[in-house]
Order: sequence, then C-alpha cells, then structure tokens
Amino acid sequence: MLIELTDVRKAFNQGKPNEFWAIQGITTQFEVNRISCLKGASGSGKTTLMSMIGCLSRPTSGRIRLQDRTISSLPERFLTQVRRHTFGFIFQRFNLIPGLSVVENIMLPAYPLGLKASSLRSRAERLLEQFLLVDKASNPVEWLSGGEAQRVAICRALINDPQILIADEPTANLDSRLSREFMVLLDQLSKAGKTVLISSHDPVVFDSPVVDRVVELEDGLMVSGEG
Amino acid sequence: MITLLRKQRYFIDYTLGTMMRHKGKSLGLLSVYTMIIFMLASVMLFSHAMRSEAVALLADSPEIVVQRIQAGRSVMVPADYLQRIGKLRGVTEKRGRLWGYYYDPAVKANYTVMASEQDQLTINDIVIGEGIGRTRGLSVGDYLTLRSHEGKAFSFRVSRLLESESELISSDLLLMNPQGYRQLFGIDESLYTDLVLSVRNPREIQKIAEKLTRLLPDSRPILRSEILRTYESLFSWRQGVMLILLLGSVLAFVIFAWDKASGLSAEERKEIGILKAVGWETGEVMRMKFWEGVIISLMAFLIGYLAAYLHVFYTSAGLFEPVLKGWSVLYPSFQLTPSVDGLQLATLFFFTVLPYTLATIVPVWRTSITDPDLVMR
Ligand SMILES: Nc1ncnc2c1ncn2[C@@H]1O[C@H](COP(=O)(O)OP(=O)(O)OP(=O)(O)O)[C@@H](O)[C@H]1O
Ligand SMILES: [Mg+2]
Repeated sequence: MLIELTDVRKAFNQGKPNEFWAIQGITTQFEVNRISCLKGASGSGKTTLMSMIGCLSRPTSGRIRLQDRTISSLPERFLTQVRRHTFGFIFQRFNLIPGLSVVENIMLPAYPLGLKASSLRSRAERLLEQFLLVDKASNPVEWLSGGEAQRVAICRALINDPQILIADEPTANLDSRLSREFMVLLDQLSKAGKTVLISSHDPVVFDSPVVDRVVELEDGLMVSGEG
Repeated sequence: MITLLRKQRYFIDYTLGTMMRHKGKSLGLLSVYTMIIFMLASVMLFSHAMRSEAVALLADSPEIVVQRIQAGRSVMVPADYLQRIGKLRGVTEKRGRLWGYYYDPAVKANYTVMASEQDQLTINDIVIGEGIGRTRGLSVGDYLTLRSHEGKAFSFRVSRLLESESELISSDLLLMNPQGYRQLFGIDESLYTDLVLSVRNPREIQKIAEKLTRLLPDSRPILRSEILRTYESLFSWRQGVMLILLLGSVLAFVIFAWDKASGLSAEERKEIGILKAVGWETGEVMRMKFWEGVIISLMAFLIGYLAAYLHVFYTSAGLFEPVLKGWSVLYPSFQLTPSVDGLQLATLFFFTVLPYTLATIVPVWRTSITDPDLVMR
C-alpha cells in the first residue's frame, strides 16, 4: 500500500504561548513492499511523523493518503479500522501493559475481532514460537528483559497480520547481534509482502543492506532521501 | 452474532483482569461505595418501616378520640360524658379508656399501660409486650412488680405475652384489669383517660366531631385521619424523596470528588492510549470501563443494601440509636417488621449506580477521544 504525504505539518499546543511545530512541511511517498528508514537526531520529529502515518494522531495541516484514501481526514471510527487492520505499531518504549502476561499483551489487538478462542490462541502461539517466547508466555511483562519485551512488542504488532509495519527505534534496547537479527526479520517480512517503516539513529539499522531507502529528518523537515 | 458475543466475553475478561490488577483501588472504591449505600439504605429502610408501623398502629385505632380540655390542658374525662353524648347518628360504639405511662426505674424506660376489658384479666393478671418481656426477662407465670401512686408494691402475674404485627405498638405495652389500673394509679371510678367513638361511615366523622364540640364545649375530638396525616407527614414519602435527593447528590459529589482526587492514574491513561493505538474503538474502551463501573456499583449496591437490611431489621438500627434517643425513651427496645418498598429501592438504585457510572465514564471518554499518540507520551 502506497503511503503519500503532501505538505504534512504538525503543531503541538497550537495557539498557546508554547506552540511548537514538530513537523514543518513534509512531502514524500513510501513505496509498497519496501523497508524505509527515518533517521535523525533526537527531537527531529521521527515519532511524531510515524504517529501521523499510523493514524495515532492527525496532521495539523497537509494530507496523508493510503493507497487512494485520505486517512488524515477520516473520522475517528474509520481511523480505528485502519489502525486495526492496516498497521502494526512497535512503539519506542514498547508500551506493553504491565500486569498482563506476555501472551495477553500479544492478543490485545485481536480481542475486538471476536475470533474463536482457539484460533486466537493458535495465532498467538505461532508468534511466540517464531520469537522464542514460548516459555515466557504466561510471565507478566514486567519480568522481561529489554530484548524480550521488544520481541513481545513485535508479536503484538503482527498478530492482526497488518500490511504495514511501523517500528519506532526498535533496536534501542538490543545489542548489535540482536539488532542484526531484527533486520533479517524485517527483510523476511518485507519479502512476505509487508511495507516497513522504521526509525532509528542506530547505524546497524540505517546502514543495513536490507533498508531500501533512508530519509533524514532535521527539526521537522526532510533534509535528504527524496524519491 | 457469535463474534459479537465472543467480543463481549473478551472485554469482560479483560475488565475483570484489570480489576484484579488494581486490587487495592478496586477494593477501596468498593468499600467507600458500599458504606454509602449502607447508610442511605439504612435511612430509607428505617423510615419506610416506621411509616408502615404507624399505619399499622392506626389501622385498628378508633375513628374519634375525645379528650377533655381544662385550662388548655387535657384532663381526665368524667364517665357521665358518655351519657351526655347520648345517641349520635352514625356512632356504632362509644366507651371510656384508661391508659397512661409507667416509668420503670429498673430499665429507665416508660411503659404504656392500658386497662383492657376484652382480655378478661383478673385484678392480679397482667399482659406484657414482647419488648418488656425481653428487657425484664419475663415470661408467662413470672411476676412483675409495679409501684402504685402511694408507693405500695403490687405484684402482677404475667398471663400472656403480647404479639403483634407491629412491635412498635406492642413492645412496651402493659395490659391490666381496669380495677387494677385504678388501684395502681389512684383513679376514681367516675373518670376515664379519654373516650373513643367508632364511626362506620368515614364521611360522617366530620359532622359528628362538630356535634361533639357543641354538646361538650370543653371536649376536643381527635380524628384518626388527623393523626394519620401527622404521621404521614412525619415519615412521608415526599420527605423520603427529599432525603434521597439530598443524600443522592451528596453521594454523587463524594464519589465524584473521590474519583477526581484519585482520577485516572497515569497508568490508566496510558493503558487507554495503548488500547486505542492497537486498534480498540473508543466505544470498546468505554464499554470495558463501563463494565468495571457496573460491576463495582452493583456489588456495592447489593452488599450495602443487604447489610442495611440486616442492620435495620435484625439489630434494630443499632447505629441510629443516638439519633433515636427520643424513641428509645418511650420504647425500651423494639424490632421493626421487615418491609421493603420497591419504589424506594429503585430510587436508591437510580441515584447511586447511575451517577457513579456516569462519573467514572466521563474521564475515560475524554481520554479515549484524545489522540493515542498524545496519551501515551
Ligand atoms: N505533546 C507534545 N507537546 C509538545 N511538544 C511535543 C509533544 N510531543 C512531542 N513534542 C516535541 O516534538 C519534537 C519531536 O518529537 P519526536 O518525539 O517526534 O522526536 P523524535 O525524533 O522521535 O526523537 P527521539 O529520537 O528522541 O525519539 C520534540 O522536540 C518534542 O519535544
Ligand atoms: Mg521518537
């Protein structure tokens, strides 16, 4: 699914004395089936931009199109549908729900689908196996190491089999070996037909051979990586 | 359809899980809430029961009571007033009554003493209310000693314990032979405490009362309907409603303030943000929290109401004792007859469960319509 941004801007606290423009006009496209990487210093607007693409917030002005639908102006109800079926989001700070077990966290996005309990479980189990979490399945997520929490977050992003995977600094808590393994995984997902958008200031990520395109952000503007 | 049900099941499972995770908060909220329901329901059950007692009390009281007023005070009525009244149209029965109070220093309480002709008591017999039986530890065959107006001790044999639908009436009652009554209190043969008239047709009562005041200018007829009205206004439904409205708003305020103070914790806000971000609808998040509110308020309502029921009807509203001091002077101890008013129950429900549920759902709604990106940061 093609993602198309036209002069996208985002202001926080608009109209107040502390008004801040985090994204100041970005026009670009992210191709289907590719791995694109947003790179940039801390505070350059990577998370803000990815949130808008993933329908977690709306641009203050400008337009975001997904294939031939303008998602930036969809009413909330439709945004939920897009979030649920199109995107899998891996958050910068994982955002797992403490107190819930690993497998419960993973199944969370699938509850609203009302699947049969058995098929819900088997989906989750397949992911647990793939990400070597089987023996952690019923542990509360607070007990996990950074790398394990990371993998749980990935499983949760994949449970509804989204077409687009958005990963916000996914390797921040991984050592370089795990980071490289993560890139291999992204390559597999991309070959399986998924569009991947990733942000990072880790060279293991943006210099990785599997990344098709690197876009560089600075103070809310694109400074390199056109086309 | 099945999908929909399964969805609901997942949400309820999740809700129960959330409540277990925040056990401290859930339990705290539940106990505050239960306490409030308990207090409100106790007041309501108590006032309702008192009202029923009053109605029962008046159901078999005479239509007209005639007192004699002298210098603005009621005094004993001469027996010949019965003759002076003569035959009034519509009056089916007229008789003199003897009744008064006896202060028992042993239990520091007043008994109501009445002379009874129906019971065919001998001069040494006495019939006592269950309340007196309980406090004095008396049963049939035991003796109760009362001090006469001259200080002489009279012993009466308990011939029967009074049972009645309404303990409020019978609990503190002593029935004795009229002769015995006169001896005990030193009352002349020619005097009665008051006179009672039975009237078959309630529409004639007013007329008869007017005639009475003309016949006996120093008499004061008291109509049952007037007493009933006094009782009614004392425990009236409207007052009840006022009370509920008042307390209901206090309750809503207390809970709202409590909820505001504890608010949606950062953790809860974040959780809502995450659920939205992974694809839950606003409505689904709210339904989850709605169930949480419903479960807590229903539990609080049931526990609180049940506790109030036990409190009012099985411990005689023990917690209200200080407030009811006035009553307990008159009534050594009594147990209310259990009765529940459906309308009252419904009112309590709507003024507690509803505002609470609304008060909790509003902040959830506000959080869940905010961009998840903002909420999660
Ligand atoms: N809710 C908000 N209110 C005000 N300012 C905000 C808000 N959210 C983000 N910002 C600001 O917007 C800018 C961009 O933030 P963003 O999180 O997108 O940066 P980033 O590139 O993801 O940084 P990092 O690499 O540290 O994650 C920052 O300066 C941040 O302080
Ligand atoms: Mg960021």
